[in-house]
Amino acid sequence: MTLPRTPSQTVGPYYAIGLCRRAENELAPRSAQGAVQLIGQLLDGEGTPIGDGMIELWDAAGKRWGRSGTDGDGRFSFVVTKPDPGPDGAPRFDAFVFARGLLRHQLTRIYFPDEAEANARDPVLSSLAEADRETLIAVQENSAMRFDIRMQGDRATVFFAH
Amino acid sequence: MADADESPIVLPDDPSFGPEVQVDYPGYRSTRWRAPKRPLVSLPEELHELAGPVFGPQALGPLDHDLTRQHEGAPLGERIVVHGRVVDEDGRAVRGALVEVWQANSAGRYHHVVDQHPAPLDPNFTGAGRCLTDDEGRYRFVTIKPGSYPWGNHENAWRPAHIHFSLFGHAFTQRLVTQMYFPGDPLFVFDPIFNSVRDPNSRALLVSRFDIDATQPEWALAYEWDIVLGRGGAGTTPLEEQS
Repeated sequence: MTLPRTPSQTVGPYYAIGLCRRAENELAPRSAQGAVQLIGQLLDGEGTPIGDGMIELWDAAGKRWGRSGTDGDGRFSFVVTKPDPGPDGAPRFDAFVFARGLLRHQLTRIYFPDEAEANARDPVLSSLAEADRETLIAVQENSAMRFDIRMQGDRATVFFAH
Repeated sequence: MADADESPIVLPDDPSFGPEVQVDYPGYRSTRWRAPKRPLVSLPEELHELAGPVFGPQALGPLDHDLTRQHEGAPLGERIVVHGRVVDEDGRAVRGALVEVWQANSAGRYHHVVDQHPAPLDPNFTGAGRCLTDDEGRYRFVTIKPGSYPWGNHENAWRPAHIHFSLFGHAFTQRLVTQMYFPGDPLFVFDPIFNSVRDPNSRALLVSRFDIDATQPEWALAYEWDIVLGRGGAGTTPLEEQS
């Protein structure tokens, strides 16, 4: 017997009441060795910041989880340390994107800019065209890592079926 | 804009969607620049992430399950109990699932700075709750029935009354954010978010059932709403099957 799944609905614009009641955006203490800020902007198909979105990060290797709402400029922010690499690939975070206007959350992956060799070996990254691969690799920005998420357009972030 | 504004707010039923929501549903205007346009990339089966975050009782405050007791006084509105079971597609209880809810107050206003609907805020109602499912996958909240509210999506647009639900099962694939509706709402047929689930049988799964048996005399009406998550995948075999 298979039961039909309960369908998804949007988080809507007021998700912060329920989902951002406490700060949950530090996957590692700020004082931890190698701790960096992971920042980024969530952008719609016109390049307009999405100010009512939310990103959830999951480090499957280290079983660490966190989330950050976006501010009026579409910006989110985490404190992270680099996850251990999975058995078959490069270190990465899985990321879910939620927003008003997204009827179901979208899945993407965040890889590290200083892991060129491991990234080249990663089975998921290497299965993608060059331009798509780039959408999944954060860039170094001063002392932080920056990962912008574009929902649509020529440089749209790759989203995975889930 | 003209094109989108002329498309119908609600599309006809289409059972071929099954439980999948139509993410680019045109009647819900905000999807237009936000829903991904390119096909999603399929990961090979062996690369799917199976484990997911698990939360313990430390995630909860003592009154997180009772939205009517989080302030000095009682909130205005119709007190209700909302309860049900969280199971997977095989009907197995999902234990220890974190269930988070948020909702408008009885006047149809959210306790949120962006919500400027000219309905009163209720100083005794924030509208947020959390709980963990028990060993049988059961959850239970006490709250007040949320009001309907206008939302500007189109001329005379009103959301049917609903409670937002967020769930973490055991597996990454069991993450779900959805909305629970109340039976018989006259706004169902006009609401593009509700109708973005185009299969009528799947859509019906978003609607709670009035529950006279769980209704508490002289105190609160009850609504029952069961939630079915995807399969947990390997490594998430429920405890009863491990022995």
